[in-house]
Amino acid sequence: MTDKAAFLSVSGLTKHYQLGGIGRRQTVHALDDVSFSVARGETVGLVGESGSGKTTIGRAILRLIEPTAGNITLDGTNVTALSTGDLRRFRKRMQYIFQDPYASLSPRMTIGEILTEGLILQGVRGKEKRRAMAEAVLQAVDLPRDALDRYAFEFSGGQRQRIGIGRALILEPDLIVADEPVSALDVSVQAQTINLLRSLQQENNLTMLFISHDLGVVEYVCDRVIVLFLGRIMEIAPSEALLAAPRHPYTRALISAIPNIDPDAPRDRPALRGDIPSPANPPSGCVFRTRCPHAIDRCATQVPPLEEVAPDHYKACIRDDL
Amino acid sequence: MAAASADNSAIETARAAPHSSQTVGSPALSVQSLRVTFGTNQGTLTAVEDIGLNIAPGKTLALVGESGSGKSVTSLAIIRLLAGRGRISEGSIALRGKDGAVKDLAQMAEPELEAIRGNDLGMVFQEPMTSLNPVLTVGEQIAEPIRIHMGLSRRDAMLRAIEMLDRVGIPAPAARARQYLHEFSGGMRQRVTIAIALACDPVLLLADEPTTALDVTVQMQILNLLRKLQAEQGMAMLFVTHNLGVVAEIAHEVAVMYAGQIVEQGSVREVLKTPRHPYTRGLLACVPQLGSASALKNSGSPLFSIPGMVPSLRDMPKGCRFAARCPHAQPKCTVDTPEPVLTDTGNRVRCIRWNEI
Repeated sequence: MTDKAAFLSVSGLTKHYQLGGIGRRQTVHALDDVSFSVARGETVGLVGESGSGKTTIGRAILRLIEPTAGNITLDGTNVTALSTGDLRRFRKRMQYIFQDPYASLSPRMTIGEILTEGLILQGVRGKEKRRAMAEAVLQAVDLPRDALDRYAFEFSGGQRQRIGIGRALILEPDLIVADEPVSALDVSVQAQTINLLRSLQQENNLTMLFISHDLGVVEYVCDRVIVLFLGRIMEIAPSEALLAAPRHPYTRALISAIPNIDPDAPRDRPALRGDIPSPANPPSGCVFRTRCPHAIDRCATQVPPLEEVAPDHYKACIRDDL
Repeated sequence: MAAASADNSAIETARAAPHSSQTVGSPALSVQSLRVTFGTNQGTLTAVEDIGLNIAPGKTLALVGESGSGKSVTSLAIIRLLAGRGRISEGSIALRGKDGAVKDLAQMAEPELEAIRGNDLGMVFQEPMTSLNPVLTVGEQIAEPIRIHMGLSRRDAMLRAIEMLDRVGIPAPAARARQYLHEFSGGMRQRVTIAIALACDPVLLLADEPTTALDVTVQMQILNLLRKLQAEQGMAMLFVTHNLGVVAEIAHEVAVMYAGQIVEQGSVREVLKTPRHPYTRGLLACVPQLGSASALKNSGSPLFSIPGMVPSLRDMPKGCRFAARCPHAQPKCTVDTPEPVLTDTGNRVRCIRWNEI
């Protein structure tokens, strides 16, 4: 799955947390052996339910959390090997957009201070220059210039999320990790924000990881999609192919579970049984097998490898007959 | 605790007959011209006005809208749980109780309401962890309203609680009844709140965003469960949600709210297939649909979006409240507040231009 020509390459990424005291230590498997690559300018979606590891991947790539194992390479630089000082300088090339526009903006800083903080940390000199850059970015995200001297509480959720996008863009990064950037917004505002994000991405040739649980939004925004379950990749495919012809039983169940807005669609579709297993005690073999309607004995003993089933389309399932 | 299969004849006699046997056509809930106001330092604000809803036994009405549309205020007013300085300043809330008598909840005092909540009126909210008690066993929490409202003994109430856990699809219900909430997953907790809400066989179940905090595969389990229980018990359901897909999955009728008013109301099929209000149309167009989103992206067109934002309660525009964001607005739209009119397809629409656009 790793490609030498890739702009972002993730290989064997693993994140374990140790829980509990003496005698009852538990290892939480947040991510296990995740590998994928992203081309320059591409948008790749990370989808899955709670605990699937999508946010862990996003944060590990920026080294906001330290991975337990694995390598992350961005444009030829091994991010996992950077020293603290080098990492800080490198961070301007990769930026994060957070889900909650209320929690992610400091209530004590003006919008100008929020936008220029990264510039100061990256050593951009000259207050006037930084302010001009902040004004330019406000214009790019469709906010008035006078927003610079105002505080976050004066803005609506959609406006705040545009400030969050502006903060990520002001450093002119190559890679953006957008973590559920529209999930906290009402649908009418969601559409405005998605349109803005897409146009900014195209203008700046940004590479983007788009984390979302909303497959409709993902289909619209992303070129390719990675489906995760309990810290492992289940399926990778171009978004159109994934939605039209999903190959993994989990992807199929996920798509079928999405409420269908068509009043004529069949109701009482079979739901997946049970809940998501605990990451502290994941099932052996395939982590999805305890909920899978197609599981066979061998699924409990063999970790399914991610194999190409169609051009650019990979699935981790040993049942070739599905 | 005895097994769930123990003799439960006492429970059977205590249970009311299914409500679906009641007179067809007489609604379980009928809300007329409801207005809710909040007293603030800057004067009285109207949060919702002119709300009219009817829900027949065995049917589900979805109340849908974005943040601030007034859907939660409406549902809280109906169960008389408005917080702080919120009050019902106009209108009636007629509930046909289990005994067949119609009572106006809007006129009731708190002691009477307590006899109705959890009894004729079941409630399920978004966050099971905040609506349940972490220091009581799950069985005790389900049994409590059964003892209070149905007068069963502790033992019989617990048997009924175990039966309810079984009906909401919790495996090994007798053992689970002795456990605490922290031993349950999010989906299982929501099943517990549904068991409590339905334990006394209510005529109306109010479900306020009951699946919003759940993952989609679990959401689907809960929606399937609510549909099954409604078919079994015949209760009416008022389902508050912001998700039009969930509306299509669960509801028979839908009322779309915007800025404190119902702007469109009708059968789910008509409203979702032939929406007449520009706001309903906009809401439907804003959401990228699975399967067709790729085509939209490949054509290079942006996602449809509604410009601007919801007006503030302090600053409601004259005339149609959606006019400032509406692509079809004309000067006459900002003169008078449009009254709901009946369309050819049976929707009620608050738009003076519904048949021109």
